[in-house]
Amino acid sequence: MTLQDVLLSVVGLVAVAGGVAVVTTKQLVRAGLWLVVALGAVAVEFLLLGAEFAAWVQVLIYVGAVVVLLLFAVMLTRAPIGRSSDLDRPALPATLVGAASGLGLAALFVGVFGQFQVPAPAVGTAERIGDSVFGAWVLPFEVLSILLLAALVGAIVLSRPAAPAPQDASADAVAQGSSR
Amino acid sequence: MTWDVILRVALVAVAFLTLPLIVGQTEHKVMAHMQARLGPMYAGAFHGWAQLIADGVKFAQKEDVTPRAADGPVFRLAPAVALLPYLLVLLVIPLGPGDLVGQQLDVGLFFVLAVVGVGVIAVLMAAWASANKYSLLGGLRAAAQLLGYELPFVLSAASVAMAAGTLSLPGIVAAWQPWWLLWQLPATIVFFVSGLAEIRRPPFDMPIADSELVFGYLTEYTGLRFAFFLLAEYVGIVVISALTAALFLGGWHGPWAESVGWLWMLLKTGAVAFVVIWLRVSWPRLREDQLQRLCWLVLVPLALAQLVLTAGVRVALG
Repeated sequence: MTLQDVLLSVVGLVAVAGGVAVVTTKQLVRAGLWLVVALGAVAVEFLLLGAEFAAWVQVLIYVGAVVVLLLFAVMLTRAPIGRSSDLDRPALPATLVGAASGLGLAALFVGVFGQFQVPAPAVGTAERIGDSVFGAWVLPFEVLSILLLAALVGAIVLSRPAAPAPQDASADAVAQGSSR
Repeated sequence: MTWDVILRVALVAVAFLTLPLIVGQTEHKVMAHMQARLGPMYAGAFHGWAQLIADGVKFAQKEDVTPRAADGPVFRLAPAVALLPYLLVLLVIPLGPGDLVGQQLDVGLFFVLAVVGVGVIAVLMAAWASANKYSLLGGLRAAAQLLGYELPFVLSAASVAMAAGTLSLPGIVAAWQPWWLLWQLPATIVFFVSGLAEIRRPPFDMPIADSELVFGYLTEYTGLRFAFFLLAEYVGIVVISALTAALFLGGWHGPWAESVGWLWMLLKTGAVAFVVIWLRVSWPRLREDQLQRLCWLVLVPLALAQLVLTAGVRVALG
């Protein structure tokens, strides 16, 4: 057990605890704030594993943008301070599914990779990531770009105000009447 | 090795504690003289140089109030979350040539952009946890503003990273050449303006507009916690000015850069900070719709055009 292993486990526990707090807290906005803890802890895990670039991407995208957007949306709706008694969470099935998939994945990884000693790769600099993204992985990268572009166009189409219905004379008269 | 790290961190901490106070004092005096006043004159006897120390003592003595309806822990944590990102950013800003930087970081620019973005969470925490409708309105305005301006901020920084071919801040400063002032001029303007919006300084102070929202998300804060938010604002000025100076104005480049490079960096940072103060005195506050319009219809297209230009020149030069 090296210091790094200990740190990895501790930060991992923080991440899991943050995640549990997200789904168990009765206070809506605090759930979003616990998400910051969970995602931030994952960023620290990346740092500990030497994936510096991925760590800061995690902070920029997830903590800086996704959580902020989430909190923003929650605060636009009814976000009371204190407990929301009307949160409906399928607690038992969610626990079962979550625990089963978590344990299953853990068992799978330990079973498959448990015996191997993998040499630690060099620190994940921007240059190395750029080389692999635009070299070996350029096709998935382009496919993902198209997916994102499609989502962007979809978002614009969805948020456009509906085209005004063709108006006839009587509708105009009604509209003018109501505006007076 | 360890002593070296401790010394660097200690120096950055000293900069963190002194530079914002210097900027704050300059703001008092510069604003006063621009408005034909004298500003602070009594504290410390010589032209009121100790005014901010007196202010600090006053803040420390004030009662620390948490409203009864507020969400206590979140309310009390928010000032620390506001301050911490800027302290971390100061660690990676290069002061002089060679090794004169708090911490060498291969992806320094990316680190800066990521960490500055975390500040929004502090604003949202303060806004929501205050249990005050003015705070909440201010917080929503701030979130909308910061989400919008993050985009031109990142895009214009990306342009200079492309020009230099590295994400490391010392690397970018080392690669800088005087003609970049012209080549990267649109990016400079976009970066500075959106940086101003990121730290919510006038004319982008819609979130704390005191004539409509009392003091926005800071309405319920008193004493030291309020002082922390104020300090965060002034460290923000230092960070944005230093970043503008380092990325676009050449940082430590200048005559005799080898020996007095750090002085050039401080001078350029000071000059940009002066412009920040100047803008506060001379511009009226932008309305919410003007603010969003400026971001999406002016700054974002400008930043994208600059990216194309940067890429074109890079390709043309080989």
